[in-house]
Amino acid sequence: MEVDEVMCLPRLPRVAVCGGTHGNELSGVYLVREMLKVEKKVVEEEEEPVLVMIVLSNPRATQQCHRYVDTDLNRCFTHATLNGPMSDTDPYEIVRSQELNTLLGPKGSRQAVDLVCDLHNTTANMGMCLITYSDCDWICLHIFRHLQKEIPDIPMRFIHFDVSNKESYSLDSVGKHGFAMEIGPQPHGVVRSNIYTAMKDGVQHMLDWVRLFNSGTMFKGGFVDVFTMVKHIDYPRDSVTHNITAAIHPHLQDRDFCLLHPEDPLFQTFSGETLRYKGKEPLYPFFINECAYYEKGIALSLARKRRVMVPSIRVETEQEQQANDHEYSSEEEN
Amino acid sequence: MSRRNRKRRATGRRKKQEVAGRPAVNRNIQRLLQASECQAGLQRDKAMESVSFPPQSSIAICGGTHGNEMTGVYLVREMQKHKVDKIGSVSISTVLSNPRAVDVCRRYTETDLNRCFTDALLSSPITDSTPYEVRRAQELNAQLGPKGSEKAVDMLIDLHNTTANMGLCLIFYTADYLPLQIFKYIQNKMSSVPVRAMQLDIPLSDAYSLDSLGKHSFSIEVGPQPNGVLRADIFNIVKEAVDHTIAWLQEFNSGSTFEAGEVEAFTVVKSVDYPRDPVTGEISAAIHPQLQDNDFKLLKPGDPIFLSFTGETVKHEGEELYPLFVNECAYYEKKIAFHLAQKRTFKLPSIHMKKD
Repeated sequence: MEVDEVMCLPRLPRVAVCGGTHGNELSGVYLVREMLKVEKKVVEEEEEPVLVMIVLSNPRATQQCHRYVDTDLNRCFTHATLNGPMSDTDPYEIVRSQELNTLLGPKGSRQAVDLVCDLHNTTANMGMCLITYSDCDWICLHIFRHLQKEIPDIPMRFIHFDVSNKESYSLDSVGKHGFAMEIGPQPHGVVRSNIYTAMKDGVQHMLDWVRLFNSGTMFKGGFVDVFTMVKHIDYPRDSVTHNITAAIHPHLQDRDFCLLHPEDPLFQTFSGETLRYKGKEPLYPFFINECAYYEKGIALSLARKRRVMVPSIRVETEQEQQANDHEYSSEEEN
Repeated sequence: MSRRNRKRRATGRRKKQEVAGRPAVNRNIQRLLQASECQAGLQRDKAMESVSFPPQSSIAICGGTHGNEMTGVYLVREMQKHKVDKIGSVSISTVLSNPRAVDVCRRYTETDLNRCFTDALLSSPITDSTPYEVRRAQELNAQLGPKGSEKAVDMLIDLHNTTANMGLCLIFYTADYLPLQIFKYIQNKMSSVPVRAMQLDIPLSDAYSLDSLGKHSFSIEVGPQPNGVLRADIFNIVKEAVDHTIAWLQEFNSGSTFEAGEVEAFTVVKSVDYPRDPVTGEISAAIHPQLQDNDFKLLKPGDPIFLSFTGETVKHEGEELYPLFVNECAYYEKKIAFHLAQKRTFKLPSIHMKKD
């Protein structure tokens, strides 16, 4: 593709903003509650209004201020789980994921919302991150570029989990496009004003971008540094009790996205011994010491960084859209 | 200090505190000493030149009183793994206070264990509907107390974490010279972290926390650390503070005299809740960025304290005070955004071990 070619993409008429997918990640909980208080009116002057759906994803967990009630909601959106048979004894979150799939999906279908923005907090020092399953979803990548430009004083990164659509498991995979907006550090069960404000600004700029896109603005392409997850590292654990036997080393703690080299300190045992990174390749650590990941066996995740060339994009015109729809229908008939 | 200056300083302090409706510090210490004389059997020299205490030979180190405050959990587990039960002249019990809460990594299962040690709750009859933590408090009282009796451990150190930026903070109930001398010792030894003392002005019968079981006790509160998370730097700070405490006890038991001096401590006078929605009861503001992480920095009238979710600033009204426990996770449900404290100076006499 030529560097000055502009890619045309379908409009995004419906956007969902979801908070409280984990009930103790409070910036999203309070932001969604605030947004629900304000009545959404379709402004007549607006040329390309966007239908914004505001969703409190896990009300029970939010009410208890726990991550989840029975099971992690944000792992319940695989096709298998969503289409599995329902029973009375299903965990609450399985039932809820199917409700959300009906509301915002169905995942993979034409009825699904165009964009899902799922709000999260982390105890790791990650600044603001957009997390997606694709490194070539130009909508998400352009939103990222827009946020970087509009909120320059917050460190911002784009994280890619290389997981197929079939295996994708999180709420943001229900929409045609989607990403998690992850902001830290913030302890679970706590709302920090600076983190709340960053999330509020992030959501506002994201919605502004969607309106601009829908109204025909051309967004110039450029480069984005994408961090693609390679592997996780667990804590050293006691073979009998399975309790951790070391903590993230002080030299690594809070240093998300600072390149980790072979032999760099990784953990410090309770008797003060340093355990070092034994990988062969320098990689970028993130989700360092995330509270919720102790039970998932993850002390930190590691990523490779690469530069992705993002093309310029604009919204399809009506004729282009009709032509595409016709083509789609023909394919379906065949 | 000359007698005239001592009197001048004492008068000044008395005037300040009488304005606030509080008894003078000297009379307060006198009253407290008389109360603790029965328990500790100490001798007091009228000029307060040196005070003696019995040997401190049995101590308890408790962690996991709140099951998601991880430093204490792991430090106690580590000591138990290495079967630490005696260091020199000091025999040590290590206790995981709330094992059920630790198992599920929650603060508590039914009710806050660290509010279950009032005289009333410790003597309340146990029925089928008694919450787990009330029962556990009575077990701990039997094991480490009974509270207020001769059999109680000499010292109980309870390990806690906070999400607030409080550095290393020792928390006492009374102006007890022994823990205050330990505080002075730790403050001199540890320069990597701010070390402060907080005092709760509550009589022993109303004292509600685990550390009230011991004859001379205090809590070690270190932050900031998120609940459920273990930070190595915080672990190292708590371990060092515990090591210094044990070293001090060794020195004390071997006959050393610890010199007189002065320490500053923060006495909580009130708490401030978050602004809340009158209908839902939900908080409608967060701690203002200018207050966030500024525990122990003097708060003046007009200083911002909250920033609402819609962007309005709420300012502090009232006297100049010191904020503590700013944005502590567990206090949202207790309706506390932060405590406010006065800073007081406590004069310490020199202390030494009483020889039989």
